Amino acid sequence: MRFLNEFRDPGLATRLIRDIRRMATRRWTLMEVCGGQTHSLLRHGVDAELNDVIEMIHGPGCPVCVTRSDAIDWLAQLCQLPPVLVTSFGDMLRVPGDRDCLLNARAAGGQVRAVYSPLDAVRIAQETPDLQVVFFAVGFETTAPATALAALQAERLGLENFSLLVEHVRVLPAMEMLAAATDCRVDGFLAAGHVCTVTGFEAYADFASRFRRPTVVTGFEPVDLLWGILHCVRQLEAGQSEVVNAYTRAVQITGNRAARDLLDRVYEVVDKEWRGLGTVPGGGLGLREPYRRFCARRRFTQTLLPSAVPPVATELPIHRPNRCRAGDVLVGRLKPTACPEFATACRPESPLGAPMVSDEGACAAYFRYSSSHATHEPG
Amino acid sequence: MTEPTLSCPSPARDDGERITLAHGEGGRRMRRLLQERILPTLGITVGDSADAASLGNVGQSLAMTTDGYVVSPLFFPGGDIGKLAVFGTANDLAVSGAAVRWLSLGLIIEEGLAWSLLEAVLKSIAEAARLVGAPIVTGDTKVVPRGAADQLFLTTTGVGELFPVVPPGPTALRPGDVLIASGPIGCHGVAVMAARERMGFLPPPTSDCASLLPAVAAMFAKPIVPRAIRDATRGGTAAVLHEWAELSGLAMRVDESQLPITPEVAGVCELLGLDPLHVAGEGMMLLAVSPEQADAALEALRGTEVARFAQPIGEVIPRRLSPVLVRRGLGRELPLDEPLGAPLPRIC
Repeated sequence: MRFLNEFRDPGLATRLIRDIRRMATRRWTLMEVCGGQTHSLLRHGVDAELNDVIEMIHGPGCPVCVTRSDAIDWLAQLCQLPPVLVTSFGDMLRVPGDRDCLLNARAAGGQVRAVYSPLDAVRIAQETPDLQVVFFAVGFETTAPATALAALQAERLGLENFSLLVEHVRVLPAMEMLAAATDCRVDGFLAAGHVCTVTGFEAYADFASRFRRPTVVTGFEPVDLLWGILHCVRQLEAGQSEVVNAYTRAVQITGNRAARDLLDRVYEVVDKEWRGLGTVPGGGLGLREPYRRFCARRRFTQTLLPSAVPPVATELPIHRPNRCRAGDVLVGRLKPTACPEFATACRPESPLGAPMVSDEGACAAYFRYSSSHATHEPG
Repeated sequence: MTEPTLSCPSPARDDGERITLAHGEGGRRMRRLLQERILPTLGITVGDSADAASLGNVGQSLAMTTDGYVVSPLFFPGGDIGKLAVFGTANDLAVSGAAVRWLSLGLIIEEGLAWSLLEAVLKSIAEAARLVGAPIVTGDTKVVPRGAADQLFLTTTGVGELFPVVPPGPTALRPGDVLIASGPIGCHGVAVMAARERMGFLPPPTSDCASLLPAVAAMFAKPIVPRAIRDATRGGTAAVLHEWAELSGLAMRVDESQLPITPEVAGVCELLGLDPLHVAGEGMMLLAVSPEQADAALEALRGTEVARFAQPIGEVIPRRLSPVLVRRGLGRELPLDEPLGAPLPRIC
């Protein structure tokens, strides 16, 4: 595949590894922000190749992992009401809420369907006017434009049976929260390339200088990742902290203008509860007028079914009665393999928390690609 | 509001475009559906139909298998539920070392199914049965209320004659045995997923749905007897490797760069975040052969249409902590997890 194979070239990767080793005078700690990067690092063995000169710690960039758990529970209840069909990206279906996951809710008789695009959910609403179709809008700025488009499309079609449960999150405020923490060990950041294709990286210049952390916009293939690491190490060794784009084939400084306009038109920035992290100021998106009429919370708590569905609590307890230490994993305080529950009580088929379920979760990445444990059933 | 009930159904409705519950309730409609439509389309002579088929005095070791088919959509690029049901059953026998001789066919039809769809499936079944050389000797038809089935479910049972020597199975695997894929992996799963979700790829990915019997027969004719053969259907190549590792007490190692993968499958899997090793094929199998026989096995396989892209993909190794390992990317060996239910696409 063009634009992929050349970025997986073992020869090129080996040369970059050699360059990074030559450049590093000490062991640096870098955070890759996105879960997709975590999986690629582990899948291709990049982290192990560099382990003596670079410590990679994994960031909060798994949208499925940081989606608040009570939203899942709320939808798991909502989908049991006959007119409601809950649609979602497939990733989200296995993620446990505090009570249940959507797959179990479906097995218990709820109407839940995986879709590949929010526009598919709009189409279902159009084709089946008897159903109230709710789309579970999760993800970073990468998926938010598509759900914005769905809201516009629903408006254009005059659909009264389509709504969104918006749980979109913004990655930069979470990075700021991590970098501002007194115990932050991260020397440099590999910023999430896909998010930057939409947002651009103008705002990262301020981040890099304010927190004195070099920040490199980085892609997802092994050569991309190594290229990002190289740029980071070069700055660290030179005592610089700037923003550099190491994913030039996909990212422009101003991002995707059309997608950004869509976001501005449909959403406003809100404070957001991140699962495992707590409230991130400015860390999320919410519908703005006139699109609030597509807000599922509003529709189902106020108008359609006032008593049947309990409203989502606004204040959430951050500490769950659960042994899962997802919060520590998401901010890089804890390596998944150092968690006492890893691969014992917590496995993909019986997860204690979201990072073990999601395709982008750090715990799932370690479970899948690390040979330090048995991947088959114990016993 | 309900439609007025007709005390005497109009004869014209008998030939209507859709199958109704009345077609499944015995009596004249059922007989006519069978005798005028299903049996002729399957190429079965009317009058042959008794409650059981006599297979005669066979005097030979036999193998038997049964499988249910519930694929949605019924038709997908490269195949349909009928072709799948016949080839799937023939393949289950073939990988067990048997050539299919007789088939039975169970139809569970959801009321309202268009006759044209059923007819197209039946024609496909007849064609596939002719290709594998096994007549349909008995069967059953039921019509169930709307919602009790999804359009059409099929069950096929196959009885086959065993070849003189059959693969001993995964317990006979030895370290050093060569793992061979008879063709590209993941084609069927990707084709059905793309068709079901109407993903609009052009050209659409095509299923590999095919009979593996010619490839198996070509090997036995040599004679080469692999230690184990298995079609990589649900759970894909990964499921077979895990099963073999468990049953043999050994480990399986494959090399990602050796895996036969079509650009379509690679592209769709890349896009959806799936591992092709977890995706089903319906016209490919995995074989484990002794290192001495590997070259001859590859030659025999490649001489057949269905296995012309056969390729060694790895080897059996002594037991490790991880039962299945894949050499990926920069050359590191990474464990391959067992598929966990149906693969779900990632979101970004």
